[in-house]
Amino acid sequence: MSSKMHFLTDGLVKNNPTFVLVLGMCPTLATTTSAMNGLEMGLATMFVLILSNIVISLIAPVVPDKVHIPVYIVVIATFVTLLELLMKAYVPDIYATLGLFIPLIVVNCIVLGRAEAFANKNGIGASALDGVGVGLGFTLSLTVIGLVRELLGSGSAFGYKLLPGDGILAFVLAPGAFIVIGYLMVLFNKYLKK
Amino acid sequence: MAAKSNLVNMVLCLTLVCLVCGGLLGAVNSVTEDIIAETAQKNLVASIAAVLPEGGELSESQTSDAAGIGEYYVLSTDGAPVAYAVKSTTNGFGGALTLMVGVLPDGTVYNTSVLEHSETPGLGAKCTEEESLFRTQFKGFKGRLAVKKDGGDLDAITASTITSRAFTLAVKQAVELVSSLNGGQDNE
Amino acid sequence: MEYLLIIISAIFVNNILLAQFLGICPFLGVSNKLSTATGMSGAVCFVITLATVVTWLIDKYLLVHFGITYLRTIAFILVIAALVQMVEIVLKKVSPSLYQALGIFLPLITTNCAVLGVALSVVQKDMPLGQATVYALATAIGWGVAMILFAGLREQLAGNDVPKAFKGLPIALITAGIMALAFLGFTGIGN
Repeated sequence: MSSKMHFLTDGLVKNNPTFVLVLGMCPTLATTTSAMNGLEMGLATMFVLILSNIVISLIAPVVPDKVHIPVYIVVIATFVTLLELLMKAYVPDIYATLGLFIPLIVVNCIVLGRAEAFANKNGIGASALDGVGVGLGFTLSLTVIGLVRELLGSGSAFGYKLLPGDGILAFVLAPGAFIVIGYLMVLFNKYLKK
Repeated sequence: MAAKSNLVNMVLCLTLVCLVCGGLLGAVNSVTEDIIAETAQKNLVASIAAVLPEGGELSESQTSDAAGIGEYYVLSTDGAPVAYAVKSTTNGFGGALTLMVGVLPDGTVYNTSVLEHSETPGLGAKCTEEESLFRTQFKGFKGRLAVKKDGGDLDAITASTITSRAFTLAVKQAVELVSSLNGGQDNE
Repeated sequence: MEYLLIIISAIFVNNILLAQFLGICPFLGVSNKLSTATGMSGAVCFVITLATVVTWLIDKYLLVHFGITYLRTIAFILVIAALVQMVEIVLKKVSPSLYQALGIFLPLITTNCAVLGVALSVVQKDMPLGQATVYALATAIGWGVAMILFAGLREQLAGNDVPKAFKGLPIALITAGIMALAFLGFTGIGN
């Protein structure tokens, strides 16, 4: 079992989707206005990633080569729509915050990327673990970015006020997203990437 | 890895995948559809209750052609209207801003509630905070419905004049509708 | 007047790249050189406008008509993928020179979330067709403007001595942040 554990941990640091592979940057920049929003977006993506990885690893051997991309896209889009419907029904507030970025998980390069690079040549167990690992890596990155932006931009973390004052608004707005991710990437390069 | 492609298995595969996926989503949709509608209805009822005084009987939804007004509800006791809940939409900073506004027959604002907005977090989105100074000044407000910059009696949210204007305009639309409704009744 | 407002707001105030964060992947990926950035921008403008018109029609006359709007995401992404393929084939036949200029960027566009993003947001906002087309074109131009400006900046950056940990994407992202700050200055125009 331990031989399979690396599928899970690879996604966190070595193949971190945000800081190493630099995939799925649109939701990363757009939805990380607070730690909670980042966490929710990460989990939503993870849901799609795990399910699509599982299904694609199952159907890959029988899908004709030339149509494999459209088939994968349909599978991914199905799970995204499923997520959309479930979120609208059970957590409408979260759906309202993340808005357009839920349907846009379809074109998140991470999901199709893992289908192409991993799920279509590995078994169901490994693919599921890979989905969990990469999903966790993505969720972790988004939460950290959200936490930094929330802390600098409004002086709170997960909605709890930690610092006095209003914070520097620019970090909640668009420019802060680019700058925070840029600097976090610098730190990541310096201390974690070997 | 993948199977060899030929026209038959390509078409077959795509059709099959689309059918299965479409069917699955159709099934899920039929379940969630009712829940989504129910939640929306619950939110609507809650927002109406939030902007109106307690008691009385609420009418069915009424429609109006006035600009920005979606629908409105009349609260009445013994047949006489005591308050109106008006759904009013304007263009905010980031997109549509939709409010539920409670208005008394004499044109006094009873309370407000934000139904939908896409204002900037940390700036315009402050208009959703019910305890904020900006929002409390609308409770029981009767006067010139405009921000001070435009010669009105209301303080705008700091650094969010556009949102404040849009919010105020939405309230004004609602008040104007109510006064036109009452004016209409007087003429009869 | 109304159209002018849509155009200015879509290009500058709500710039799709710097304010709405759509289409970031190609923004970071192919903005190393000014010439490729220009080619990509041209291709994106073309596809976004075309895709928005086609998906708008499909939404109105198929999905809404039959009450299956929950299939919107699937339908749109398939239409966009097919459309990009078709544009590629048609361009190759009709205008080989244009194909030479834009061709290599076309396959990349399917996964550019700006395309799906614009197509979805015009139907969600219930825009009429004319307005949707203008909005799509203006948004795409806004994307191109940001892209080309950014590529110009990155060409300058490439020749500079940047600390090792900042090399490549980190410094590009920070630059983009400063550019977004500049675009924040357009806030409020048009309202």
